[in-house]
Amino acid sequence: MALTTPALNTKIRRELWQMRGQVLAIALVIAGGVAVCVLSLVNYSSLVSTRAVYYDDYQFAEVFASLKRAPLHVTQQIAAIPGISRFSARVEGGAKLEMAGFEDPVSARLVSLPEQGQPEVNQLFLRRGRLPLAGRSHEVVVIQGFAEAHQLEPGDRFTGIINGRRQHLTITGIAEAPEFIYVLAPGSLLPDYPRYGVLWMGREALAAAMDMKGAFNSLVARVEPGVPVASVLDSLDRVLDRYGGTGAYGREDHFSHRMLDDELAQLQTMATVFPVIFMTVAMFLLNVVINRLISTQRDIIAILKAFGYSNVQIGWHYSQLVLTISVIGLVLGVALGVWAGRAMGEIYMDYYRFPSLLFRLDPAWLLLLAVVTLLVAWLGGWQAIRRAAALPPAEGMRPEGPARFRVTAAERFFAPRGFSQPSRMVVRQLFRRPGRTLLSVSGIAMASAIVLVGNFQFDAVSLMVHSQFARVQQQDVTATLIDPVNSPAVYDLQRQPGIRYAEGRRVVTARLVNGHREWRGAITGMPEQASLQFVIDKELEPVSLPEAGLLLTDFLARRLDVTTGQTLEIEILEGDRRRVELPVAGITSEFLGVGAYMRLASLNRALGEGALVNQVLLNIDPQRAQQTYHELRETPRILGISIRQAMLDSFYETLAKTFLTFTLFISMLGGIIAFGVVYNTVRISLAEKGRELASLRVLGYTHNEVNHILLAEVAVMLVLGIPLGWLAGYGLSWAIITAMQTELYRVPLTITTQTLAISSAVVVVSAIASGVIAWWRLRNLDLIAVLKTRE
Amino acid sequence: MSREAVFHTRGVTKVYDQGEVQVHALRGIDLDLYGGELVVMLGASGSGKSTLLNILGGLDVPTAGEVRYRDHELSGASDAELTRYRREHVGFVFQFYNLIPSLTARENVAAVTEIASDPMTPEEALGLVGLKSRMDHFPAQLSGGEQQRVAIARAIAKRPQVLLCDEPTGALDSATGVLVLEALDKANRETGTTTVIITHNASIAGMGDRVITMSDGRISGESRNAERQDPKTLTW
Repeated sequence: MALTTPALNTKIRRELWQMRGQVLAIALVIAGGVAVCVLSLVNYSSLVSTRAVYYDDYQFAEVFASLKRAPLHVTQQIAAIPGISRFSARVEGGAKLEMAGFEDPVSARLVSLPEQGQPEVNQLFLRRGRLPLAGRSHEVVVIQGFAEAHQLEPGDRFTGIINGRRQHLTITGIAEAPEFIYVLAPGSLLPDYPRYGVLWMGREALAAAMDMKGAFNSLVARVEPGVPVASVLDSLDRVLDRYGGTGAYGREDHFSHRMLDDELAQLQTMATVFPVIFMTVAMFLLNVVINRLISTQRDIIAILKAFGYSNVQIGWHYSQLVLTISVIGLVLGVALGVWAGRAMGEIYMDYYRFPSLLFRLDPAWLLLLAVVTLLVAWLGGWQAIRRAAALPPAEGMRPEGPARFRVTAAERFFAPRGFSQPSRMVVRQLFRRPGRTLLSVSGIAMASAIVLVGNFQFDAVSLMVHSQFARVQQQDVTATLIDPVNSPAVYDLQRQPGIRYAEGRRVVTARLVNGHREWRGAITGMPEQASLQFVIDKELEPVSLPEAGLLLTDFLARRLDVTTGQTLEIEILEGDRRRVELPVAGITSEFLGVGAYMRLASLNRALGEGALVNQVLLNIDPQRAQQTYHELRETPRILGISIRQAMLDSFYETLAKTFLTFTLFISMLGGIIAFGVVYNTVRISLAEKGRELASLRVLGYTHNEVNHILLAEVAVMLVLGIPLGWLAGYGLSWAIITAMQTELYRVPLTITTQTLAISSAVVVVSAIASGVIAWWRLRNLDLIAVLKTRE
Repeated sequence: MSREAVFHTRGVTKVYDQGEVQVHALRGIDLDLYGGELVVMLGASGSGKSTLLNILGGLDVPTAGEVRYRDHELSGASDAELTRYRREHVGFVFQFYNLIPSLTARENVAAVTEIASDPMTPEEALGLVGLKSRMDHFPAQLSGGEQQRVAIARAIAKRPQVLLCDEPTGALDSATGVLVLEALDKANRETGTTTVIITHNASIAGMGDRVITMSDGRISGESRNAERQDPKTLTW
């Protein structure tokens, strides 16, 4: 016996076409869920594999060490350390640059290259041009992001101030490197290519400029597979300690890697949380809708059985219907997801400095997604198919008999005898199958929750910016000094024309340790009466610095597993590398970055040093800004400066852009799902009640009176569903931001009335659009035909 | 019995376009129906009787010809005018009851009385069809005959000038059918509503004041009963 016949196939084709509105709405719901899955998978797998390949191909180091100065012969000792497979001993330094036509202060990190060819470790990916030639001390390679920001090409020249000496530099190449995927200026939180870049120079040239001839101050190495990195770090520290080593560290403390790791972890969270939410909602809706669709074919199933079709044939027939709809959704979803994934990939490429983005979508994942989608859809329909097929044909062809209703408790409670008959119909319909009503209400709730989840992040990002740049960081310019100076020197700066106010701080690199938990970062010493930069608490209010002890960002406190009153072991990674113990005196909560803060005087005391500062925060006269920048650039003590406005711009350009683009896709898909849900709810309602409504029309009810009955039911579901959706959305948002906390930023849970309004509006507009369609269908209802047929 | 014509039709035709074929459902109907009379309209299926009833009831419009209800011209009326006409003047009873399943018997009747200008109470209407004791039952809790009597109560409760019944016993067995016809007979006598019952069951003809026979879209015969037969005595 054939599983299907040409006649049945024709039936499916025609029915799909007749129901095209509903078919499309269901398919869109599936597509929305699938697209989010595919988008997230594509993003995540592409970035992960791109990074892995990049790291391998360009020999990204596994251990890193900075030191004051070690003679080159020390490299023999390093080569003897077991486990180190290859390494580069380099010279690093900083430079201030003068870029033609760009007035803002520009600085750069300098890294040496071997005189011949690529370094052993942390190789360069040359986009254009060549590496500097041996003996040509003016030749440099610049990082691509910087080259783009200043439209630099090989052959272009500019001036750099290296170690206080002005030098003319010529670009020979434009490159990327695995250690600079994420380039941050000291004291900055975000990449800012127009003002901060990376330059590579020949070893001899840079060593000469930095007074490091025959020496090195940076070491990067790769570790043989299977050798524990920790043991290599220990050995390195033992060798480098007496050359002013600040402690070797692994990739997990390497800034670019750590930030990228955080981002990928966040992406992974999004790639799990969002699809799970979306698919659950989509599948749930699919179940409801398909179940309903098949129930309406009860008599047709009976007739087919009467003709001699077997249960298997009928089961397969309806399975085909369900599967066709799901395949349409699946194909739409995959196409949409791949398209969005590629679009997002291009945005990521502006942000992460990879040579090229590998586009990855594991077919196994796709297959799994397809199987899950089809299976869930089919299971949704299966229950209804089985019920219909189990019915003896004669019974199926008889009218189903009036549905059972009862007087509801709600009616008695709210208005004994006070309801109009149409209102009674609405209330009883809602209560007849409370399960189904609940499903529809939760469908609407999930739809508005999804839109809310997609949208709240806009508010959150605004709050982050507001709190960071209006409450925390009120200085216009942050100047980082090469070496600490006595704090009275700050007054010299303040006396300069164009500078209105200056505030000195001390930032020292340190390792904070609590048992086996540790964090490598910096401790910031702030003046007692800081008036430019503050630490804030949960209410965004400035926290006063305690007499002694540290304030920690809440995220850092959790990572180190300490609370107020406990003591941390501090390993200062500068100067005499002393170890001190400091109590945790309080917890702060910034959204951007993490930090450990204390009073400037207390920090200097702990360091055993006088009143020193190495960072100056400035408020400047905007009229004289360019001139002031110029003067700061000429000040030899200053390593680099960062400008608040530039950080703000950079924030929107990079972080906000990727984050919000993802979010925008999500809310668009949320909107699609919301429409699918509401449209189907209205259509099902119309299908179920068409006959009743036609009866009322015959009895003399007007078109609008009858519409009231249909749409009031939807309205009640909306009124119940939307607030529930807000609640669910709040919960989901909380879950998402909790899962997405990174060292770089924590998204605050803030949901404005505007977001609530948007989430409701999407649902309400979907409802209105669906209502208009239903209204139009009802208007064209053939009254006689409806009444002449039995149910 | 008043001899005022309630319905007046001249040359009514109805043509349905069904794809390439034109179906002539009515081919020129001239008919007058008078106040308070009970008319049984007989005809085989396809004879056009339902089409005529739908046109009289304002559910459909003729392709050509004139249809007047008292001083209302129905042939060219708009949808809104037809809705008002149905609301104010017409009661319908259908073969498949068409009760609202979510409303009890009383509430089904109330659904109509609430929008009528001078209705009886739902209780009164249900009393007329002998269902006073079943008023708070839902359709699912009533037998077919009872459901149809609720439908009759719903139709007469607004005191319509005309009561149009399309195969009211079509879905019922003979004994139950007689109960329904009794209810219609009683309603007609007690409210003086002009009543049209269409049926293909010739046994019913005896209960009418007049019997009109239709075939092939035309009126093929008309007779007047000297005396209306009590529905109790009908069998089929």
